[in-house]
Amino acid sequence: MKYTLRVWRQNGPDDRGRLVEYTVDGITPDMSFLEMLDVLNERLLLDGDESIAFDHDCREGICGMCGLMINGTAHGPQKATTTCQLHMREFDPRKPITIEPWRARPFPVVRDLVVDRSALDRVIESGGHVGVHAGAAPDAHAVPVPKPDADRAFAAAACIGCGACVAACPNGSAMLFTAAKAVHLAALPPGQPERGTRALTMVQTQDDLGFGGCTQAGECATACPKEIGTDVIALLNRDVLWKVD
Amino acid sequence: MNYTEGTPLRDTRAPDGPLETRWERRRLAARLVSPANRRRMSVIVVGTGLAGASAAATLAELGYQVLSFCYQDSPRRAHSVAAQGGINAAKNYAGDGDSTARLFHDTIKGGDFRARESNVYRLTEVSGAIIDHCVAQGVPFAREYGGLLDTRSFGGAQVSRTFYARGQTGQQLLLGAYQALARQIHAGRVVSRPRTEMLDLVVSDGRARGVVVRDLVTGEITTHTADAVVLATGGYGNVFHLSTNAKGSNATAIWRAHKRGAWFANPCFTQIHPTCIPVGGDHQSKLTLMSESLRNDGRVWVPARPGDPRRPAEIPESERDYFLERRYPRFGNLVPRDIAARATKAVCDEGKGVGRGVYLDFADAIARLGRDVIAERYGNLFEMYQRITAEDPYSTPMRIYPAVHYTMGGLWVDYDLRSTIPGLFVVGEANFSDHGANRLGASALMQGLADGYFVLPAVIGDYLADGPFGAVSPEAVDEAEDSVHATVAALLAVNGDRTPESFHRELGRVMWDHCGMERSADGLAEALKRIPDLRADFWRRVKVTGSGSALNQTLEHAGRVADFLELAELMCLDALHRAESCGGHFRAESQTPDGEARRDDERFAYVAAWEHTGGTPVLHREELAFTAVRPSERSYR
Repeated sequence: MKYTLRVWRQNGPDDRGRLVEYTVDGITPDMSFLEMLDVLNERLLLDGDESIAFDHDCREGICGMCGLMINGTAHGPQKATTTCQLHMREFDPRKPITIEPWRARPFPVVRDLVVDRSALDRVIESGGHVGVHAGAAPDAHAVPVPKPDADRAFAAAACIGCGACVAACPNGSAMLFTAAKAVHLAALPPGQPERGTRALTMVQTQDDLGFGGCTQAGECATACPKEIGTDVIALLNRDVLWKVD
Repeated sequence: MNYTEGTPLRDTRAPDGPLETRWERRRLAARLVSPANRRRMSVIVVGTGLAGASAAATLAELGYQVLSFCYQDSPRRAHSVAAQGGINAAKNYAGDGDSTARLFHDTIKGGDFRARESNVYRLTEVSGAIIDHCVAQGVPFAREYGGLLDTRSFGGAQVSRTFYARGQTGQQLLLGAYQALARQIHAGRVVSRPRTEMLDLVVSDGRARGVVVRDLVTGEITTHTADAVVLATGGYGNVFHLSTNAKGSNATAIWRAHKRGAWFANPCFTQIHPTCIPVGGDHQSKLTLMSESLRNDGRVWVPARPGDPRRPAEIPESERDYFLERRYPRFGNLVPRDIAARATKAVCDEGKGVGRGVYLDFADAIARLGRDVIAERYGNLFEMYQRITAEDPYSTPMRIYPAVHYTMGGLWVDYDLRSTIPGLFVVGEANFSDHGANRLGASALMQGLADGYFVLPAVIGDYLADGPFGAVSPEAVDEAEDSVHATVAALLAVNGDRTPESFHRELGRVMWDHCGMERSADGLAEALKRIPDLRADFWRRVKVTGSGSALNQTLEHAGRVADFLELAELMCLDALHRAESCGGHFRAESQTPDGEARRDDERFAYVAAWEHTGGTPVLHREELAFTAVRPSERSYR
């Protein structure tokens, strides 16, 4: 199969960037989307061009490193799926595919499709953790945790930090990301002592970093490859308000 | 390629005497650094997987200044994140007779008696504290309705000691370690440098004192110095091109350290995981694992008649060969990985394979437990499988085939995790120490976190007590930096007609054919002839466009392939010299009449540590002594 691609090329943060059209041939339905880009990149290289830079690593949907805007949708057309898990059988060869980087003020473009998402690390660093030193913990069975709490914590902790929620949000808000971490820790006993300060600090940090505010558009949850729902945002707001009071 | 014999090697830091108290006695004997002095000492940690992130966080908690590097854009993405099934610990929460001694026994036997007893015992001793610490960090392990932790079984064990968080255990443990690291970054005790790749080690006055790194965004090459260097850079499975490793996983850090004087132990000990999604087409870029935990409920089978064209549902029970249950009735589908992988290859070689694999069937488990229970246990794995293959494993059996997964070999370390270069410590998969010739499922996470949270922090002080070590020799820095600049320039200068990927693919085929699931003297000799030719071809024909002073992923890949092309040769040499079968290393010439591995304890009960000389490698043997477990034939029948 043969596809027409329109790919965002940008030499560096100061370059204006542009969409460049390519055709790529010899694509089979069982190839992954990133394997299709590999094929194109090998060809570009042999033609003496620079390959298209894009982030990827585990290629099994868990590291959170990949993330492309495909035809205007974060991680492309398939629900609950990261870019690396997409396969070409999902794409009609008659229609061109537009590929762009995540776009949000706190995510400057590094090169081509690669953006700098380190702002998400700053949010976690500011409060997304439990203050416990190695070697100080009591026996793991000292405090039983009701299964529903453990399951709720797990569902929120499934966040892979890819940033699709930010890219999808019309305001460039990181609320789904921040709330997922806050709710994961708030659902478990070790997360209680710092619960309020954690929520408040992380929200303040994301505001300071230039992420937008949440207006409950809900695009984040639609884009989330791990299907984290907007209920976590409501739970985060509860903890923030409780702390502000 | 030839080798010469060097002086034997001894683990100089493991205390003698009873196994049960060695760790306690070593900790007591290890010198400490006072809190005030720790603030004046710095440690570089390369890699942020389970071992690296936990080590960096814990050393910072102790008060050392830590500098942490990773090539990913965030420490949270290191490949430990992809571990699915679980983490072992001898808690005996299931009340099924588990204990430290039993986990120790299973691990030594699982490793086919090629691991060091003292290290393995310590690993099993600290395993329980890992679970305690992770729970205290907020790791959301699976729980029962009563609120206690749930466990499941893994290969090579007859107890239920594997703790898990659905099929994302590695992710959840890594996030725990990453968050601990993030806390220390925020406190200013760790400086984190993501998107930075280590390209050389600085050795000054005989001590490891720093690293030369390349900023992957700007291309800038800089040197960072410290009082000690810790490598936590993972395994080298990507030498095979196709593996379950992340695309970026590479051997560069350990290989460059090897060339600076760190000996490389048992490079041929690689693990082929039995249950992966089979290779699809020629442009396949990686292989996806289906967790070993699936063998708790899935049954592995092939049609009894070779070439049977019927769909799986149409084949009656009597015409199926449940070959693991047939050959290994005691462990059944839960035999260790090397055994299951080899048995799978054997039935496929007999022509009984289906497509490019064998069936892993959940029909019985769904009938027994219901679809909901199976979905609760393995839902995310089933979805992952369906996305890749477009087949629904709830209604049709999975097809699976072995793939390269883990490397037991790595840089040689002593009981204190010191390499042969003073001041260079190696933790996690990057070292060789705990898994012998085959790693048991759910033990990699255990070892990474044991090294990082508990072992390294307890013994590094004994080394640093002699520091701070003063100024680093400027000549050593210049020499290392010049060598990195020269390599980058050389890769850009060739301007040939082949992509780095094409060389990687070709190397992978040579390694899979000759140094994969079955190895022979003839095949290895062939590989040892082809690899140097391929390497020469690489330096004549590789093409890298773009510049060294910007983000250049082609250049990064080319550098890693160049190192794989050197390491591959040492792996084949090691495999050729070890003329026995043990664990994942199966030599065609050394098997029992019914096709099982035949170990040769008379000749090969040692660790093979290789010294780099620039010419002929030198083999140093560390003889293995077994005091608590007597080496026996490793039977799972």
